[in-house]
Amino acid sequence: MTTVPIRETESHATATGAVPWHKYKAAHHFRNKEEEFDGVKLGMWLFLATEVLLFSGLFCAYAVFRILHPEAFTNGSSYLDWRWGGLNTVVLLVSSYTMAASIRNVQLQQFARAKFNLLFTMACGLAFLCIKFLFEYTPKWSGWFFVLDPALSHHEDSGKRALGGLFHFVEGYGGKRPGEWFDYPFSTDNYEHLWWSVYYSATGIHATHVIIGMGLIAWVYLRVRKGMYGPTHYTGVEMAGLYWHLVDLIWIFLFPLLYLIH
Amino acid sequence: MATIDDRNADTLGSAAGHGHDEGSYLTPRGGLITTIWDWATTVDHKKIGVMYLAAVLMMFFFGGVAALAVRTELFSPVREVPGEGITGQWLGSFLGNPDASIAENNNLYNRAFTLHGAIMVFMVIIPSVPAALGNFFLPIMIGAKDVAFPRLNLLSWYIYVTGSIFGIMSILMGGVDTGWTFYTPYSTTTDADQMRVVYMVLAAFILGFSSILTGLNFVVTTHKLRAPGMGWFDMPLFVWAVYATSILQVLATPVIGITLLLLVFERLFRVGIFDPGLGGDPVLFQHFFWFYSHPVVYVMILPGMAVINEIIPVHSHKKIFGYRSMAFASLGIAAVSFLVWGHHMFTSTGELAATVFSALTFLVAVPTAVKVFNWLGTLYKGSISMTPPMVYALMFLFLFTIGGLTGLPLATLSTDMHLHDSYFVVAHFHYVMMGGTIIAFIGGLHHWWPKMFGRMYNERAAIVFALVQFVGFNVTFFTQFILGTRGMPRRYASYVDEFQTLHQISTFGSYILAIGFTGSLAVFVHSLLAGKKAPQNPWGGLTLEWHVESPPSTHNFHKEPIVHHGPYDFDTILPPGWDPKDYPVPNAHEQAEAYAKAQHSHVGSSHH
Ligand code: HEM
Ligand SMILES: [Cu+2]
Repeated sequence: MTTVPIRETESHATATGAVPWHKYKAAHHFRNKEEEFDGVKLGMWLFLATEVLLFSGLFCAYAVFRILHPEAFTNGSSYLDWRWGGLNTVVLLVSSYTMAASIRNVQLQQFARAKFNLLFTMACGLAFLCIKFLFEYTPKWSGWFFVLDPALSHHEDSGKRALGGLFHFVEGYGGKRPGEWFDYPFSTDNYEHLWWSVYYSATGIHATHVIIGMGLIAWVYLRVRKGMYGPTHYTGVEMAGLYWHLVDLIWIFLFPLLYLIH
Repeated sequence: MATIDDRNADTLGSAAGHGHDEGSYLTPRGGLITTIWDWATTVDHKKIGVMYLAAVLMMFFFGGVAALAVRTELFSPVREVPGEGITGQWLGSFLGNPDASIAENNNLYNRAFTLHGAIMVFMVIIPSVPAALGNFFLPIMIGAKDVAFPRLNLLSWYIYVTGSIFGIMSILMGGVDTGWTFYTPYSTTTDADQMRVVYMVLAAFILGFSSILTGLNFVVTTHKLRAPGMGWFDMPLFVWAVYATSILQVLATPVIGITLLLLVFERLFRVGIFDPGLGGDPVLFQHFFWFYSHPVVYVMILPGMAVINEIIPVHSHKKIFGYRSMAFASLGIAAVSFLVWGHHMFTSTGELAATVFSALTFLVAVPTAVKVFNWLGTLYKGSISMTPPMVYALMFLFLFTIGGLTGLPLATLSTDMHLHDSYFVVAHFHYVMMGGTIIAFIGGLHHWWPKMFGRMYNERAAIVFALVQFVGFNVTFFTQFILGTRGMPRRYASYVDEFQTLHQISTFGSYILAIGFTGSLAVFVHSLLAGKKAPQNPWGGLTLEWHVESPPSTHNFHKEPIVHHGPYDFDTILPPGWDPKDYPVPNAHEQAEAYAKAQHSHVGSSHH
């Protein structure tokens, strides 16, 4: 074995201050920043693989119960409004586009646009969550409809109000809850609670991923503001982007499986 | 394989006298508080490895105490008299109820073995070799300064500690009695009023996360940080096996993650996916659980094999037999292990599925046997030094072979119907997990201890305690094969009288084992306090960790290493830091001469 002199590296990954992108070298144990970028990317892809496997467990449970109780699934699914699901799909697809655009922006030093696109992506994430919680979870779970919910006009208003009129109650609509908590009075299949278990588990875990993704993007946004990313160093933006695309991709599978079955 | 190169005065080994300012990674950089802070926030893979080692050994102690409680309970077949059961007395007085009734005693017994199993599997064996020894040595062996993601590495350690704390909380709240497998409906119906199962399951979930991150880190490290000159087939086999393990960790653990998460939902929100009472499917839980937990038995054994891959060639001073087949056997085992989970469920799956799973299970035995034969081939005509690591390696070969061979009757449908859920299974997996992985882990500790802490230990005492462990192990677990074939079921606090003698022998064996382990601990403590200073290369190894000082410096290497020889080229290379006349190989002199000649003819021809 022979040796060569150890390479000098200035900017350690552990350095505390924000290193501007054009000064960024690499963490001291990597030979250069290209290798570091490749390493981080490989790590991220592996992590995404674990995420896919995590959801594959849920998809498996979905398949098993759908085969065992097909009626419960088609019945349960009929309470979901494909338009909300479709809108959320569009929201996520657009956000995936703005996320990808922000990476391009950083590479071209268009920092103002990059920041706008990152904020827009987060806003889409927030919109997704609002739609999910206000228009989908809450009424199904409890029978309380958000006042702006167009579906309100199709139901007989019980006249009950909450939070200063922001929520209207509809009798006999709530109770579509998972497992033991299920008490929707008009269910037609004995196993419908299992459908709701799968629905809430899958979409709930997905929503958690949306929240984590937004956190990542916020972190990247702050670093872009500090000038830490640019044409020669944009690792963080790219990784957040990969994660966000995965969140989108999983929804693309959940949407038809949950909303579009008959 | 790369060509031989020099041992010139400039190699890393002799760097000690180079006047570099960085000292050993163990040198404290300030007072006590600074040192503790230094360790708690370190991103140095060596320190993190040592921290894992400390944590794992502590959990090994707790798990061991639970095991002794279980064995002591089984000393007598208590069935009638309240307050008689030993676990009742021990754990009962611990939990404030010394006069436990029979039912309570059984309950406590169930908790003791669950505690034992869960701790040993999730907190000891899985992290033992990869997270402790792997963290320390994998980067050095490939010539890197650190793992690919040092901060993530530290985070994994904290996640591991958090998981362990969740587990301990569950125990302090009264423990869990589901068995380490958490089968539903036990895990969905017992302790309905309390959160203990939730805590224990969350503990396993969190520990799994730590395991994923470590695996991911090692995969990227192996891909990206190998020193110049080290191709895939120049890597030490330790690295190959830990790499295969890491892939398993990354690919299998998420499935247990979602399973345990759903189990937590089951407890907290009663979602009913696995609960037959709510129309759910408990067999689905078993499929999910074993889809992870079978690969995970290879997460447990491959690192054990990794250690043996190093010990055997180094201590028999001979090139490993069948290098490539070893590397591919590791990958083969990893691949096949995803296809055999059904062999834990022969009694709960359909006939066709069981037949297919049985056939696939036999496949696993093939790469496993390849490894065993390769080790034997390496020993054959080697210059074996009977050092403590070698003694452990031989113990491993003996015990692991018995463990592997007894897997075959379990993989056979007709015999498994009889042996399933009996002591035969208990003995089988203790032979592979304890006789295999734990023994390899302790052997690896003896192999690398001088490198990690810069101290030698009393070799004779180490060998004596190794032999005590060997005897204790076989007395404890061989009897359990006999008990199992005679029909003793697993997981019961009491039994019919005719099993008593065998149970008592087994219990005595466990005490012998405890003495053996305590002895090894004493050997190590003595070494830290009063051991001789370790040389750079006490055993004559060729892999890169033996090219650096003992203990290594903070950045491992003073200069970037370039690799010119394979990890086991004992036939053509003298180990660094060795004098030919100290070298136990008979023709070391001729080797040295030939080597010098080759060296001479190289002068002028420039190669690095
Ligand atoms: C030649 C290789 C092996 C074969 C053919 C094999 C086969 C089997 C089979 C068929 C069972 C199920 C028995 C039953 O429950 O009825 C089993 C159980 C088990 N095996 Fe192996 N095995 C092998 C190697 C290993 C290794 C290397 C490990 C771990 C390091 C291991 C750990 C276990 C464990 C933990 C169980 C019991 C799990 C439980 O129910 O708690 N086995 N083995
Ligand atoms: Cu198995």
